[in-house]
Amino acid sequence: MKDNYRSVSLGNCLRIEADQLCVDYNGNVALYDASLDLRSGCICGLVGMNGAGKSTFFKALMGFVRPSRGIIRINGLSLQSAQRAQAVAYVPQNECIDYSFPVSVWDVVMMGRYGSMNSLRIPRESDRKAVFHALERVELNDLRHRPIGTLSGGQRKRTFLARAIAQRASVLLLDEPFNGVDIRTERLMAELFRQFKQEGRSILISTHDLSHVREFCDLVALINKTVLAYGNTSEIFTPENLTMTFGGMPPDLLSGTTSLESPDE
Amino acid sequence: MSDIALPLATFSWVSEPLSHEFMRRALFISALVGGVSGLLSCYMTLKGWALMGDAVSHAVMPGVVVAYALGLPFSVGAFVFGVGSVALIGFIKQKSRVKEDTVIGLVFTGFFALGLVLVSKIKSNIDLMHILFGSPLGISNEDLSQTLFIAFMVVALLLVFRRDLMLYCFDPTHARSIGINTVFLHYLLLSALSLTAVVGLQTVGIILVVAMLITPGATAYLLTDRFDRMTLLAIVSSAFSSLLGVYISYWFDIETGGAIVLVQTLIFLIAFLFAPRYGILINKHISSS
Ligand SMILES: Nc1ncnc2c1ncn2[C@@H]1O[C@H](COP(=O)(O)OP(=O)(O)OP(=O)(O)O)[C@@H](O)[C@H]1O
Ligand SMILES: [Mg+2]
Repeated sequence: MKDNYRSVSLGNCLRIEADQLCVDYNGNVALYDASLDLRSGCICGLVGMNGAGKSTFFKALMGFVRPSRGIIRINGLSLQSAQRAQAVAYVPQNECIDYSFPVSVWDVVMMGRYGSMNSLRIPRESDRKAVFHALERVELNDLRHRPIGTLSGGQRKRTFLARAIAQRASVLLLDEPFNGVDIRTERLMAELFRQFKQEGRSILISTHDLSHVREFCDLVALINKTVLAYGNTSEIFTPENLTMTFGGMPPDLLSGTTSLESPDE
Repeated sequence: MSDIALPLATFSWVSEPLSHEFMRRALFISALVGGVSGLLSCYMTLKGWALMGDAVSHAVMPGVVVAYALGLPFSVGAFVFGVGSVALIGFIKQKSRVKEDTVIGLVFTGFFALGLVLVSKIKSNIDLMHILFGSPLGISNEDLSQTLFIAFMVVALLLVFRRDLMLYCFDPTHARSIGINTVFLHYLLLSALSLTAVVGLQTVGIILVVAMLITPGATAYLLTDRFDRMTLLAIVSSAFSSLLGVYISYWFDIETGGAIVLVQTLIFLIAFLFAPRYGILINKHISSS
């Protein structure tokens, strides 16, 4: 595809560089000295307790909260330029949008194309194709004329994922994408993430399901107000590290049911 | 103004008033203002800015008075005070623990009171009644050209940015994440609101102008699930109510602004009862897959 993002050719470039980010909410520190580098074609899991600062990390990466310190670069660009180049797609944990808004699924996914259209936002044939294709990938094509408010929670999640796909961003920031989706959608999304990886995109995913991390995250960042540990999943995702991340929870509780390799082996 | 493209109905009910210059003018200006505010009302209702619309329309009052006193175009004063009131609302909300709707109510009544005091104190030929209740039948040439200019500007801006504004109302987070300047859109919408309030007050007056800014949007919202259709319906219903309101006020010799808003409210009630999907008297639509 001609208009596929050109960054693929950059090969092993750094998609996300976050250096020593500090974020506070009116003086309450939510994140300090959080650093993370993500190369192209990598999936990184963000793991940490409730309130550990995962969503804050995403918001800082998107510029929605202003870090009091630290540097962010996306694809080697400043955050603003990267956003204008449609490089980043963000699917928040809770879409705070009005679901009674008179837009259809198709319209919502088309919004992913706005940044690439001319200033009147008149869709071209290529935009329609991109939307159609994105809907196909999340298997929502038969619902495309439905008003957004009539979808189920999982279908809404898929709609916003489709919007991110239609945007053709090279960096995807997904805050708990698996929250409240059924097993089928979970499979579909996991498969999509693998495809994204092959296409050279990088994904940052926060999740509370540790089995996902083992399953498809190349890298993992353990978060508790800072990045406690970051690296290859096989090295970092150890029972000891998890215990540290989750404030002293015994390892067998953390990796018990979801783990393949049980810690007491 | 003989070039108004109204259907030349044979009914004298429609055609007779057209023989008067002041009526042609009133019909034209009312339909125009109706159309503009109808378009804007979609954004107001979807963004949940009804109260903000009320606030801004009242807050422009002292601006109009000051502008007249200084010999400036009334739109300039209205614009300054409209945007100023919203800035003040934002400031107070941020710096205090008072809830937003309280702050809005507080600021706009304060501005409105200031306007009343200024009208009574500043020697000018402004008729308080005209500002409060509108007077499309007695609009001056100068006001007419100003209204035309503002209406054209607002419509042009809203049309050029209509997709961006829709996205901004629907999902500002996404708008920001694809590099759209949402602060600009916020102020654009706010400016459009101030300017529309000031043209609206010519036809229905300050007190009722908020109806023009929300009722057509609310009516259209009950009739469709598509944004584009909603915009169109709001414009049409708003322009139509304005025309009908002027006719009714002519034939029954009643207050024009009141007539226009009453027609609008009536259309809303009809939609509320009989809208195909959301009307309460229509069998609830059973969602087809
Ligand atoms: N808007 C806000 N104002 C003040 N404090 C906030 C705000 N948002 C988050 N916090 C605080 O910052 C900390 C980190 O919150 P964050 O939402 O990033 O956690 P999280 O890791 O995403 O948690 P979860 O797993 O529950 O989603 C929490 O202590 C939270 O109370
Ligand atoms: Mg979170």
